[in-house]
Order: sequence, then C-alpha cells, then structure tokens
Amino acid sequence: MLGKLDWSAIPFDQPIPLIAGAVVLVGILAVLTWVVVKGHLPYLWHEWITSVDHKRIGVMYILLASVMLLRGGSDAIMMRIQQAIAYQSQGYLPPEHYNQIFSAHGTIMIFFVAMPFVIGLMNLVVPLQLGVRDVAFPTLNSVGFWLTATGALLVNLSLVIGEFARTGWLAFPPLSELSYSPGVGVDYYAWSLQISGVGTLVAGINLVTTVLKLRTKGMNYLRMPMFCWTTLASNLLIVAAFPILTATLAMLLLDRYLGFHFFTNEAGGNVMMFMNLIWAWGHPEVYILVLPAFGIFSEVVSTFSGKALFGYRSMVLATMAICVISFMVWLHHFFTMGAGPDVNAIFGIASMIIAVPTGVKIYNWLFTMYGGRIRFATPMLWAVGFMVTFILGGLTGVLVAVPPADFMLHNSMFLVAHFHNVIIGGVLFGAFAGFEYWFPKAFGFRLDERWGKLAFWFTFTGFYITFVPLYVAGMLGMTRRMQHYDVAEWRPWMIVAAVGMAVLSIGVICQIMQLVVSIRNREALRDRTGDPWDARSLEWATSSPPPVFNFAFHPDVRGEDAYWDMKIHARQQSLEHEELEYHDIEMPRNSPTGFVCAFFATIMGFALIWHIWWMVILGGIGAFATFVVFAWRDHDEYVIPAAEVAAIDRFNLEERRSLVSMAGVI
Amino acid sequence: MSMTATVGHAHADPHHVGIVVEHPGPAPKRIVTAYGFWVFLLSDIVMFSCFFAAYAVLVNQTAGGPKGSEIFEQRNVAIETVCLLLSSFTCGMAGIAADVRNRFWFYLGMAVTCVLGLIFLAIEFNEFVDLVARGYGPSRSAFLTAFFSLVGCHGLHVSAGVLWLLTMMAQVFAKGFRADVLRRMMCFALFWHALDIIWVGVFSVVYLLGSGA
Repeated sequence: MLGKLDWSAIPFDQPIPLIAGAVVLVGILAVLTWVVVKGHLPYLWHEWITSVDHKRIGVMYILLASVMLLRGGSDAIMMRIQQAIAYQSQGYLPPEHYNQIFSAHGTIMIFFVAMPFVIGLMNLVVPLQLGVRDVAFPTLNSVGFWLTATGALLVNLSLVIGEFARTGWLAFPPLSELSYSPGVGVDYYAWSLQISGVGTLVAGINLVTTVLKLRTKGMNYLRMPMFCWTTLASNLLIVAAFPILTATLAMLLLDRYLGFHFFTNEAGGNVMMFMNLIWAWGHPEVYILVLPAFGIFSEVVSTFSGKALFGYRSMVLATMAICVISFMVWLHHFFTMGAGPDVNAIFGIASMIIAVPTGVKIYNWLFTMYGGRIRFATPMLWAVGFMVTFILGGLTGVLVAVPPADFMLHNSMFLVAHFHNVIIGGVLFGAFAGFEYWFPKAFGFRLDERWGKLAFWFTFTGFYITFVPLYVAGMLGMTRRMQHYDVAEWRPWMIVAAVGMAVLSIGVICQIMQLVVSIRNREALRDRTGDPWDARSLEWATSSPPPVFNFAFHPDVRGEDAYWDMKIHARQQSLEHEELEYHDIEMPRNSPTGFVCAFFATIMGFALIWHIWWMVILGGIGAFATFVVFAWRDHDEYVIPAAEVAAIDRFNLEERRSLVSMAGVI
Repeated sequence: MSMTATVGHAHADPHHVGIVVEHPGPAPKRIVTAYGFWVFLLSDIVMFSCFFAAYAVLVNQTAGGPKGSEIFEQRNVAIETVCLLLSSFTCGMAGIAADVRNRFWFYLGMAVTCVLGLIFLAIEFNEFVDLVARGYGPSRSAFLTAFFSLVGCHGLHVSAGVLWLLTMMAQVFAKGFRADVLRRMMCFALFWHALDIIWVGVFSVVYLLGSGA
C-alpha cells in the first residue's frame, strides 16, 4: 500500500535532523497560523500564490532562494565544525550523516539557491528593462516557479522522512547505483532535480522567448541593457543544457528502478558516459549561474559610476562567446580519468580560452569606473568585492585547467576553494548586488545602507578567512569530503576556516537585520521617484513598485541607456506638461494552475521515491487534469480601464515631477 | 507592424552612422507562442540526442546477448515508418482544416492521425513484449538498455502526442476554433512533425545501421 515507506523511515535515533525538522515544522506552522488568524490567506492566495505577474513570481523565486540559503548555509556550518574537530577523532557527525550533509549542501546551493536567485532576478527585471508588460508565457512562468518549489520541498522532506543521497552533489555511479546506494537518498536527489529541472526549462524557454520576441518599440538588440543580453545567453544555455541533465538522471533512474545497464559495472554499462553527460550539462550550468551575475554587475557598475558601460559591444560579444565556449570545456572536470594527453590538451586549452572573454568583461568594468563619479553604495561594494574575488578564483581556475596541475589538485580542497571562490565571489555576490540594487524597484523603499555595508564587509572578509585556508589545505594534500583525518598540518587551517565561517554567518545575520530594519523604517526609506540610484535603463522609468501593467505606454527607445536619454531629454525640455491619451490595458488573469500542478507533482515525486505506484498514477492524472481545466477556461485576460491606468500613471508622474523640480536635476 | 527606417540619432546612439531599422515592438501572440514552442522542441531534441549518444556508446556492449541484426524485424519497422510519415500528412491536413475552420475535415484528419499513431504504438509495444518474452529485455545487456530507452522514449512522446491529440479534438468540440485553440493546434502539429523527424533518426541509426551489421 505504501511501497517502501514505513516507520523506520523516520530517523528516531538521530537527534540532529529530527530537531532541525521539528524546528522547521514549528516555524511553518507558526507562520501558517499567523497568516490564517490575521486573515491574510485570501490576500496571499489572490496576490501571490496564483499570481502570474512576473514581478511577484520573481520575488517568490528570491524568497525561496533566501530560505534555502539558510538551509544550505547550516549544512556548511556543520561541515566546517566537523572538520575543525575531527582530527584523529570521529567528530560529532557520523560518516553516513556527514556524507548526506555535503551532498545536500551542494545540491541545495546550486539548484535551490543560486538558480532560483538568478531566475528570480531575471524574472523581476528583464520585462521592465525591455519596456514590456509581462513575460511571453505568464502562467507557464508560475508553473515553473512552483515546480522549483516542489523540488526544494522534496529535498527538505528527506531530512525527516528517509535520507538524502550520500553520493556528492552529482551522484556519480557506480556509487549511486542500486547495489551501492540501496536507500531512497539518491531517489530523493534525482526526482527533486527532475521536477525542479522541468521548472527551470520552462523558465528558460519563457525568458528566451521574452527577450527575442517581446521588446518595446525601438529596443533593437544592440540597445538592450547588458542584463538582458546575459539573460538571453544564460537562458539559451538552460534550453540547451538542462535537457541533458534530464536525460542523464532519467538513465540513472532507469538503472535504479528497472534494472537497466547504462552506468552499471555489469552487462556492458559505461560509468564514464555518466561523467561526460553530467558535465556536458554541469559546465554550462556554472555559466548559466554566473552570466546573469555579470549582467547585474554591468548595470551596477555603470549606474554607480555615472557612465555608460564601457565597450558595450565587446561585452555583448564576450557574453555570447562564453555562451558558446561553455559547451566545449566539460572534460576538464575529469582530466584524471584517462582520456589521453591529446584530448586533455584540447580541453585544457579550451578552458583557458574561456577566461579571455571573462577578462574582457573585467577590463570593461574597470574602464567603466575609470573617470567616473563613483558612488560606493552597497550594490557597488558587492560589485567591487566581486571583481577582486572573482579574478582570484578565475586565476586558480586557469591553474587547474592545466592538466598536469590538475592531476595534483583533482578532488583536493584546492578545488573546493576554487569553485567556492568563483561561485560565492561571482554568483552570490552578484545575487546580493542585484538584491540591493533592485529591492527598491520591487518594494518601493530602499534598504538600510549601514546594515548593508556591514553585511558586505563581514561576508567579504569571512569569505577570505574561510576559503584561503582551504586553498592551503589542498596544497598540503587534503582531499575533499573527509569525515575525519589524521594529518596534523591540516588542523590549524581547518580551525581558521571554521572561524571564517563564523564571520560569514555574521554577514548573513547583518543581511537579515538589514531587511528587518529597512522594513521598519520603510516610510523614511520610501522611493517616490522610481529612480533611487539615478540609473540608466527602463526599469527605473516606471514607479517603484511598478503598477501591474509596468508601463502605461510602451516606451519608445532611441538608443542605448534608454532611460538616461529620456532624463536628459526631459531636462532639456524643462518637463513640459503634455496631455496623454490613455488606453485600456489587457493583462493575463491570475491562475492557480502552477500551484495545483506543483501540488500533484509533489505527490507524484514523493510516491515515486517510495515506490507507491497508485499514488504516482493519481498524481499524474491530477497534473493532466489541471492542465485540461486551464486549457478550458474562457477568459484568460482582464481589462484595466483607461481611466484607472490614467489615474495610476498621472499620480506616478506627479510624484516624479515634484521631486525632479525640487532637485533641479535628476 | 511595418518596419520603419529612420536616420540614426548620432547623439543617442553613437555607433550607428546611417540607416537604423527600428524594432517594431512586441510580436503578436501567435508568433510568440509558436516561437516558444520551437524553443521547447529544440530542447526536446537535445534530450533525444543524449539517448542517441548513449546508444552509439553502448551499441556494441551486448554482454553475450543478441546484436541488433538478430532482433530487428524490418517488415514491422517499415510499417511503423509508413504509419508515422502518413500521420504527419494527415496531421497537416487537420491543421489546414482548422485554419479554414472546417470541423468535418479537422475531425477526420485528427482521427486518422490518431489511428495511425495507435497502430505505430501497437507494433512497437508488440516488439517490446516479444523481446522481453524471449529474455531480451533491457536488463539483458547495455545495448538492449540503450535500444529500449531510445525507442521507448520516442514511443512515450508519441503516446503523449496521442493524449494531446484527443484533448485537442475534445477542445475543438467544446470550444470551437478559438484563437487560443488554434495556437495550441499549431503547437500540436509542430510536436507531431518533430516526432517524425526524431523517428527518421531512430530508423536510420538504430534499425538501418543495426540490421546491416
């Protein structure tokens, strides 16, 4: 009746996951009770859960990422503590639990923190930057978000029901095959990634179509803000790479569920095929994450330097070059696995070549700052911190791209330090910069600068105190994923790294404090102009937060830095008051399709993990029925009457004008 | 929606010295939907390419089991191919009928497409059942694993297509040729033709090359 599920699935003998699970459960119940008692449930349902507004969906993506960042961060803290004390002892985490923690940490940080964070920012900002009212497929967008949430839910469920994979974040066979991992851990891993992978693919298709087909008048390709370009490149990579992950995990699941022989040791299976397939997805994946961050930094650096982006066209070219070359370097993840010197040499050179366009970008940012009037607001601090940190990470990357060096450093702590160097220094710093930069746009008030700067400095220094010791430990021969060790020379570095982790945690606490303080002082921090940073692209041309339709009129774009031009123009014409003729606007209606579909996907995923076949069928029928009901609805749009549009737009323009005339110049 | 050429604004856009074609603005819904679905189809083809690659890697790993030439029945594969290619034609007819809003020819075209799809699936299902019964199931060898997965993945797509087809007919019956229904019909037709293209690949790589050796 319930497949493999029985009471033994609950880890009664392990206090850590049980207590953690209980705390989370109490937290969720408390929030739910508060929501119901305060009567916020209808608001949540109508304005957020069923919303197909790209801004709302973007915010929900970022919220999901932030919550999961705390989960993944807790895993990181536990690992650092374990390695600090597990010298000639077992530490406090038993091996099978430690293995689950590092696997969960990697999986969560990549798939449920970095991915939703950048997809959230792209969702929030790109339609605004393109001067349009929504993404190409609003309801599908909601489906994509909720499927991602389903994946996150399943991963967290594994904390208290069953176990998570002990195989590392990419579940290499034959370890991940049934004979060596008979439990449900790998199944939790694979099904949550399959479901959230569908969500990511949907988001990718949506954003590619949005950028290529939905742009306002005059928004030629070479006038798009840099963030739109990197969004395009990143989502092209999603469309081209995520199906590979889907196929690879499907093969692994076929091996595990139906006794197939893709990656087994027996009957001619080929383990190396898994490595090739997973990294053919995995390497583009790191560029899927970091390209949007590059876009964010381009916007931030240009805005806070008060200059147009230096070398815009070379930046576009570099972005697209990275997009293509990222598919030609995957083999550098397994130089040591015997492909031969010629193959290794080619992939080593390709890996070094991809550093060239990235270097072009760094120089462009530097030259943008050169001669500019730089304001060191929090987003700019993150951008500068990124440039320093990312160059270091890039250099160690070029180092491990040399096959002989890689033979020494493969699977060492040096590698761990390298990829944290680029992912934290690149993606996470970028996500934080984007968060600080666009928060006023999303919510209508700025974030507290003092706490923001504290958060930056603690995170920045904490990062170096944590990861420089890992570089050293790697050079001293320490391999990754060690539950305990007996080498005295490594010990001091592990202790320093643990101290660094504490500093990093203070950074995270500052970030939370910043949010709390800013929400409390929101009236004082209110942004009435819609343009708190004196910025350059179209998202700042509308109010903060933007009305549901974004723009009363599709803006007419005449060049790069569209909004900057408008401001110059407005100043020259001394803000003449012309009467505008407003029209009705049609917007897509909200739909619970995404939420209901994800509900059935959760049921289906859980049932697949535990081999509860009747429930799988139930979930499948439910999901199909949801789509049929959606397809059958008669009205998919509603009309905002011209009078309402006019009222909203005139109010916003008035606010903006009064502030502009007060300041003299914008 | 006409493309207008204006002289570039030298001040605002320093790189353009000459004629600039201004982007006309957001594309109409029909274009956007079809474009998005094309992008999806490309991603689907990437997924198939993984199974093709796996097949190419594992084709000789028979582990003492049968080779392709020992199990493929060319007559059946020929019938399958004819069914599928013919169904693309009838699907195209149904699409034209939808465009001119002719219910009778639409239903007829879709029904024939459905029947041809079902014949294809029945033959494939029989082939699979027969192989498993002879002890040549996917667990027998890595070659059979790759074979069942690649062909089965295509078969699953056709099954999903048939389900979509029936839903599509029901929707036209209930809602008529609304604009959104027509957009979905266009996507369905694209999907069905794409499956044909995949089948041409399967037919060539698996059955043609496999029968020779």
